[in-house]
This record gives sequence, structure tokens and C-alpha cells, in this order.
Amino acid sequence: MRLLPTAVLVSTAISLAAGFALAQTSGASVRSLRGVQVDEPVGVEDVFQQEEKRFVRNYRQQPPLIPHSIDQYQIDRNANQCLSCHDWTNAGDRGAPTLSMTHYLDRDGNQLDTVAGTRWFCNQCHVPQADAPTLISNTFESSGN
Amino acid sequence: MSESSAKRPGLIRRLWRFFWSPTTVYSLGALLIVGFIGGIMFWGSFNWAMEATNNEQFCIGCHEMRDNVYAEYQGTVHHNNHSGVRATCPDCHVPKEWQHKVIRKVQATKELYGHFVTGVVDTPEKFGEHRLALASRVWRAMKSTDSRECRNCHNFEFMDFTIQEGRAAASHQQAIDEGRTCIDCHQGIAHDLPAGYLDRYREVVKELAMDGVPSARTQTSSVTRIREYLASLND
Repeated sequence: MRLLPTAVLVSTAISLAAGFALAQTSGASVRSLRGVQVDEPVGVEDVFQQEEKRFVRNYRQQPPLIPHSIDQYQIDRNANQCLSCHDWTNAGDRGAPTLSMTHYLDRDGNQLDTVAGTRWFCNQCHVPQADAPTLISNTFESSGN
Repeated sequence: MSESSAKRPGLIRRLWRFFWSPTTVYSLGALLIVGFIGGIMFWGSFNWAMEATNNEQFCIGCHEMRDNVYAEYQGTVHHNNHSGVRATCPDCHVPKEWQHKVIRKVQATKELYGHFVTGVVDTPEKFGEHRLALASRVWRAMKSTDSRECRNCHNFEFMDFTIQEGRAAASHQQAIDEGRTCIDCHQGIAHDLPAGYLDRYREVVKELAMDGVPSARTQTSSVTRIREYLASLND
């Protein structure tokens, strides 16, 4: 019966050694999402500010780009703050371009007085621009110039 | 009748007479000093209590404020911005001048009634139903005071239009020329807007005009001076 304590001791030693080895190898294979080790400092990326010029369209049916900041505009079920300047009822007072009249047609082609529900979420198509490096490269060529 | 009138006067009458009869025990100096110190302590504690109810922590002590308007305010430009200046609840919603502040504080007792007795906005759904009415009350106050609380920090005369975004500078110049005030364009900058907000805002402006509240007293003094100068040239 002296065998049992010895066996326990040996198996404990083996499992400890294995665990230590595993920890050593896994430590090298873990990579942080930021691409560097967790104890290395990461520089803050540049902030690219909104461009404020009027943009040339890059292809014929391109939705016009937004030449101003829209950071905290509310566009939801209740309200659309873009329309407080760009709706046809307000654009004259605010010196803003009016929505295209196509945006007042419902899905059956009926002309409406208020913007069509299908066009409510402006930034599905219209987006602001910043002169920043492309996040994902592509082979797009403008047909506009 | 004559017997009852000869009896001792009632308790209130006796207290009244005691209050107004001259003292015979205390010196005039002691009365003045005690009255003066007591006055300072009363006034100080009055203002202390008013300030204690005039900060963000007090405002969001009620779940109606914490779960709705305070949650929406987080991340807006008055909460986080490039210069690190923050405007908390009372900076925009309680006047700084003492007389206006006391009036607003008295009005706030109705809000306590709504919280403790009627529970008028005690769920998000109820708050949503009342949002347009609540917002139009704030718009009405801001429009009728020429956005007084905004102007504790923002002033047309202190703005450098050349470092504003182009369209912002143009709109601010137009606002000066037409005598507009902050809230005319900047609704919903710190809290969510309800459906139909712009139509309701215009109704509020019309109601105020019908009540005879002047809408165009926003003319800054420099604009008035230029207008007067131009008018004098025409004469």
C-alpha cells in the first residue's frame, strides 16, 4: 500500500510540469487585437476631420456627399434633424439644398407632401467625407473625370 | 356680551401682543447682534439649501430624469467635447440670476407633485407620451427669455465666425440679422426629439407672438448701432 502516495506524488508532478509547459507555449501564441503585445504602448491614430467642400460626383447616380458635420444629428423613428433644413418646407429659410423630388414619391409612385418613409434614413446613401487613408483598398475608378 | 369681552383675550391675540410689545430684559445691542447673526445664518442656510437642490446629482436622484433625459444627454456636445467644458442640468434649465432662479424653484414644486403624487412620467412609455408637451414647455421658456440660459456661455458677440464651419457662420449671421434666438434652430441638442417637434415648435412661437411676447429682442447692441448709423446716412 506504499504505492499509492508515490503514485499521487508522481502524477501531481507530471501534471504540474505539463501545465507549466502549456502555459509557456500558449503565452507566445496569444495575440492582442491591437496587433502588439498588451504591455507595449499603442499610438493614438490620427483623427481625420470632416471635409467641408462641395464634392464632385464620382459616377452619374452617386448620392450627393454631405459637406458638413452630422455627428449628433438625430435620425430615428421620431425625428430626422436633416429635414429641419433640407425638407422643401424649410430649405429656403435655411439656405440649404432641397431634397430631390424623387424622395417625396412613395413606393407606388404617388407624390407626397412629406418625405417618403423609404427615404427617411438619409445616411443610408448620403455620407460625410474625410480625406483619410482607405481602410480597405479597392480598384474603383471614377467615371466622372 | 360685555362679560365675555372682559375676559382674557385668545391665545393668538396674546401672542400677537407679546410679539409687538417692547422688551424690558435685553439690551438693544444684544437684540441687534443676535438678529444680525441670526439673519446671516438664515440667509446662508437658505442659499445653501437652494444650491444643494441645484446640481446634477440631485436632478438624477429621480429615476424619471436619470433613465430618460440624463441617459440621452450622455455623449452629446454639452457632456463631452473638445474643450472639456461641461454644462450640467441646472446650467441650462435653472436661471443664474437670483430672482429668476427662485421663480423656477417654486415652479419645480409642481414637478415634485408629479413625481410623488401623480407619477405622470414614471415609465419610459409615459415619458414618451409626454415628451412633446414637456419639450414645448422648455422651448416656450427659452424663446420668451431670448435663450437666457444658453447665453450664460454663448453670445453672438463673442463668436468668431471665421473659425466656425462655413454654413454655421452663415446661419449665425442670418440669425443676428433676423433677430433669432438659439432655440429657434438648436432644438434637441441634449435630449431626444419627439415626432412632430418642428411643427410644435412653430406653434409655440406663434402662441408667444399672440401673447405679445416680443420675439425679436435678440438684436445685439452692435447690430443696433450699425442699423442706427445706416439710418442716419439716409436722412
